[in-house]
Amino acid sequence: MYDLIIIGAGPAGITASVYAARKRMDVIVISKDIGGQTVWSGDIENYTGYQFITGPDLAAKFEEHMKKFAIQLKENEAAAGLKKVGEKIVVETDKGNYEAKTVIVASGKRSRELNVPGEEKFKNKGLTYCATCDAPLFNGKEVAVIGGGNSALDAAIQLMRIVKKIYLINITKQFTGDPIMQEQVISSKIVTVFNDAQVNEIIGDKFVSGIKIKRSGAEETLAVGGVFVEIGLLPNSDFAKELAQNEFSEIKVNSRNETNIPGIFAAGDVTDVPEKQIVIAAGEGSKAALGAFRYLIQHKFS
Amino acid sequence: MEKKVKVYSTSPCPYCIRAKQFLKDNNIVFEDLDVSGNQAAAEEMIQKSGQMGVPVLDIDGEIIVGFDKEKIKSALGI
Repeated sequence: MYDLIIIGAGPAGITASVYAARKRMDVIVISKDIGGQTVWSGDIENYTGYQFITGPDLAAKFEEHMKKFAIQLKENEAAAGLKKVGEKIVVETDKGNYEAKTVIVASGKRSRELNVPGEEKFKNKGLTYCATCDAPLFNGKEVAVIGGGNSALDAAIQLMRIVKKIYLINITKQFTGDPIMQEQVISSKIVTVFNDAQVNEIIGDKFVSGIKIKRSGAEETLAVGGVFVEIGLLPNSDFAKELAQNEFSEIKVNSRNETNIPGIFAAGDVTDVPEKQIVIAAGEGSKAALGAFRYLIQHKFS
Repeated sequence: MEKKVKVYSTSPCPYCIRAKQFLKDNNIVFEDLDVSGNQAAAEEMIQKSGQMGVPVLDIDGEIIVGFDKEKIKSALGI
């Protein structure tokens, strides 16, 4: 039985692991990836100590810091269940079961999906959640961007320089993104905006060839070779149903990062902590690790 | 014998950067193909991998989609 299992290796999980290792706790980190959303961040100018660093570089620094300690790491492994049985906590993953005295859930957030027919089939076959990565592959094509917040507007702005035509499909009546970005998008000759519209299906053969949308009560098909889904983020909390969550499925924590189950802590973007920032996630990770350490000292385990 | 390694990538893609860094760290010589400015390479990548996500690695004909460290290691025999 481990002293501590940390689920996730973003800024919260990695910081927690460093604190735990320095407290000489027997700790294991289980994560699908290393760096979490930090890897996907472009330029970072607000992480203290770095006036400028890119997301991949900062994630590499985090990884290097963690690997300075002999921390056990299970990469490419996803948590599937979490429960407390007596005094031990059991973490089920897609590869096995682990037991510990304490757990920190730091599993972060992921891109929200459309949940429409065709989405699964055309992932990476014309449908993408990373405009920054994949936009250049759509050179000269007609594409659709789904969403109306900052990330959707940002995707449209990046694509304006590359593609021939952009349909911006927004489910709400008006954009929620920053006005300065809205102006840039609306003033572009190649952008057509459909507000109050909904995506019903992604269609194609091997690759995307179009999308079916519904607007003003009628369905229509737009011929596009690319679909960029930018409709926000969802917490990776599905496996932690026994933990109290708020209306957004974020795990509820108190100021000590305790959840409703004693011995289980949570930190970072997966929690209901206000403001999602790399520096906040890191700080929350350290608080959770110190909390877990205190819990270990204060409780007798048979 | 040294294996022939090609990396299809775009410059801003984070996992492309990390995949290339991983190869460099392991002293693997590779051909870097930026598919954003090279339509022929983009088509070659899509044809080889049957998909449009980057990075794609071609290690002696074995196609690996994404920065999958374990698959890359096993393909390289390291």
